[in-house]
Amino acid sequence: MNGAEILLDCLKREGVEVIFGISGGAVLPIYDALNTQDHIWSILTRHEQGAAHMAEGYAKATGRIGVCLGTSGPGATNLVTGICDAMMDSVPILALTGQVPTPMIGKDAFQECDIFGITLPIVKHSRLVKNVRDLPGFVKELMYVCRTGRPGPVLLDVPRDVAQATCNDWEYPETFNLRGYNPCFPVDLSGLAAAARLMAEAERPLLYVGGGACHAEATEELVALAERLDAPCTTTLMGKGAFPDGHPLSVGAPGMHGTAYANWAMHQSDLLIALGVRFDDRVTGKLSEFAPNAKVIHVDIDPAELGKNRRPDVGLVCDVKTAVRELLKLVEPKCHKDWNALIAQWKREQPLRYSQANGHVRAQHALQVIAEVTGGDAIVTTDVGQHQMWAMQYYPCSRPRQFITSGGLGTMGFGFPAAIGAKVGCPDAEVWCISGDGSFQMNLQELATSMYYGIPVKIAIMNNASLGMVRQWQKMFYGKRYGGIDLAECPNFVKLAEAYGAVGIKVEQAGEVEGAVKLAHETNDRTVVIDFRCDPEEDVYPMIPSGTTVHDMRLQPD
Amino acid sequence: MNSSSGAQKMHTISVLVENKPGVLARVAGVFARRGYNIESLTVSISEDPTVSRMTIVVTGDEAELGQITKQFNKIVDVIKVYDHTGEDLVEREIALIKVRATADTRGEIMQIVDIFRANIVDVSADSVIVESTGGSRKVDAIEDLLQKFGIIELVRTGRTALVRGEKST
Repeated sequence: MNGAEILLDCLKREGVEVIFGISGGAVLPIYDALNTQDHIWSILTRHEQGAAHMAEGYAKATGRIGVCLGTSGPGATNLVTGICDAMMDSVPILALTGQVPTPMIGKDAFQECDIFGITLPIVKHSRLVKNVRDLPGFVKELMYVCRTGRPGPVLLDVPRDVAQATCNDWEYPETFNLRGYNPCFPVDLSGLAAAARLMAEAERPLLYVGGGACHAEATEELVALAERLDAPCTTTLMGKGAFPDGHPLSVGAPGMHGTAYANWAMHQSDLLIALGVRFDDRVTGKLSEFAPNAKVIHVDIDPAELGKNRRPDVGLVCDVKTAVRELLKLVEPKCHKDWNALIAQWKREQPLRYSQANGHVRAQHALQVIAEVTGGDAIVTTDVGQHQMWAMQYYPCSRPRQFITSGGLGTMGFGFPAAIGAKVGCPDAEVWCISGDGSFQMNLQELATSMYYGIPVKIAIMNNASLGMVRQWQKMFYGKRYGGIDLAECPNFVKLAEAYGAVGIKVEQAGEVEGAVKLAHETNDRTVVIDFRCDPEEDVYPMIPSGTTVHDMRLQPD
Repeated sequence: MNSSSGAQKMHTISVLVENKPGVLARVAGVFARRGYNIESLTVSISEDPTVSRMTIVVTGDEAELGQITKQFNKIVDVIKVYDHTGEDLVEREIALIKVRATADTRGEIMQIVDIFRANIVDVSADSVIVESTGGSRKVDAIEDLLQKFGIIELVRTGRTALVRGEKST
């Protein structure tokens, strides 16, 4: 067998069923091996960035490792944004890159680039394999590191001569020695007891739940804990779905575009039970004035998160599911009638809302219709910008892995390829990509991939003919000096969809929204693009301007 | 320069790492990203040939360095990290100092070298190379005293350190 065949055999043993990628000179041996086997589905994307985000979408939707592949040089650098995105959002993906033959490394060979060096700060772990004998061990190690502990991207750089080298007496190792990596920490019993004590004493507790809870799939435990403590629960953008949005104790998302009542609850809480979150600046605003009255219990699987931004009163290095299970053994039922009554009052006074005047199409309304038509059951991916915040606010989710978005890096162009990856991983699910006209254009070439392989998804473009979130900031903070935001109602998305063989629907009136969404919902043999022509003046509210506090929250347009 | 505001203090950190490609860049990258200047960094083999030992001297505040230590621990090829602040250490570095030396000044230079128990390891008509081993302050001191003769060039290894006594790091 040669290195490429060994590589694929190892990946097969790791349960890999699909690779998203693009061929090229340095990966010819790998493609040759892919072409002569039938365990792994090789999906040819139209851009390597698409491949990386598909791997992410696949991983986020299934919990399994997503694999992407690019050739040396530009193929590898095109993966970089996806790798960094996966690092920021703790997504388990394996990036395979071709490399020039080992004797040519470091000599500026054609399509050579030091992708191992370029990605050092944005991978969880990586290896450049220089000897075919190292290949099985490297794959084993990388896949283990990728999926355990706090998951993250790993990269394997494979020079062409290594992929071609013959090796017949190899074995896939059962074990390996990674003495510098231990993702399993013993449960800290005294910490748990201290946490339970704080929970017993608290009068205004609040669960603050993030992406770690989605990864741990801890919904059942979280609901039990919230109900036991009679504590409201806020889920971050990354945590959306970990705690059902429809649960009476849910207060929606916190932070810059979170609900008013979630932010007020944060501010008045006397105990934040922070589960798999990282106190991101988009949640905390001005850190020194964030949740000033609260003690903090912080549970995270990554020790480096504890105390990074906010010093916890009790810090527990543990996955959310295990920690909450253990806590449930220690905490007694509580009743916080006044606290919940106060929150209910806030919910009545300042609900999420938007104007439905003048028959304009509103993204918020379109999202509510999509939620209705899909029964709130679709997998929703988003791009980045206003539509993303509206999707967070108006599409209720009920399970982890249902809401797939680019949170940390904020990568425009993420949503559509991620939807394709999610659909590959969950072929029976209905997958909607909520996008904007700016974001969609950053990876729309993957329409070809979705049509060629028959991976139908629904794309809802909230088209305001501009980079809406930037426009919103220019309107609010830069004296309406608009620039660098005009997308000029170009292209014609209906014709664009049709050019790829997809269905294109244009929606210009609020009354047309439901019909279009239903048509998309019922069209399952091809991808559907809906061009919702939205009002560019519509902004996302509430808003807490960057670096400020809950007191600076803007609830509606002036 | 350190960007944080806490009390600045010099820290000696030992990092035991897998002897594998890229590990130095991964460790140095953690400092670089936070805008730290490393005062010195030495890398060498250890008692185990598969393990390299880095000794890093850096100035910073306690909390910031605590976070950096945690970041080191996240690197898969990092086996162990110790911040030796407050520990009883044997710390040594070597300096090679090429000093201008004429017939007139050579005697005085040799006296200084004797006092510091340093060595002259090379002599030419107009210069000598002084080798000094010791704690950083001692090396600083001999460097200062030799300054007036004219230092042509100088190299220091950076600090290496082990904890005193039986305890291993």
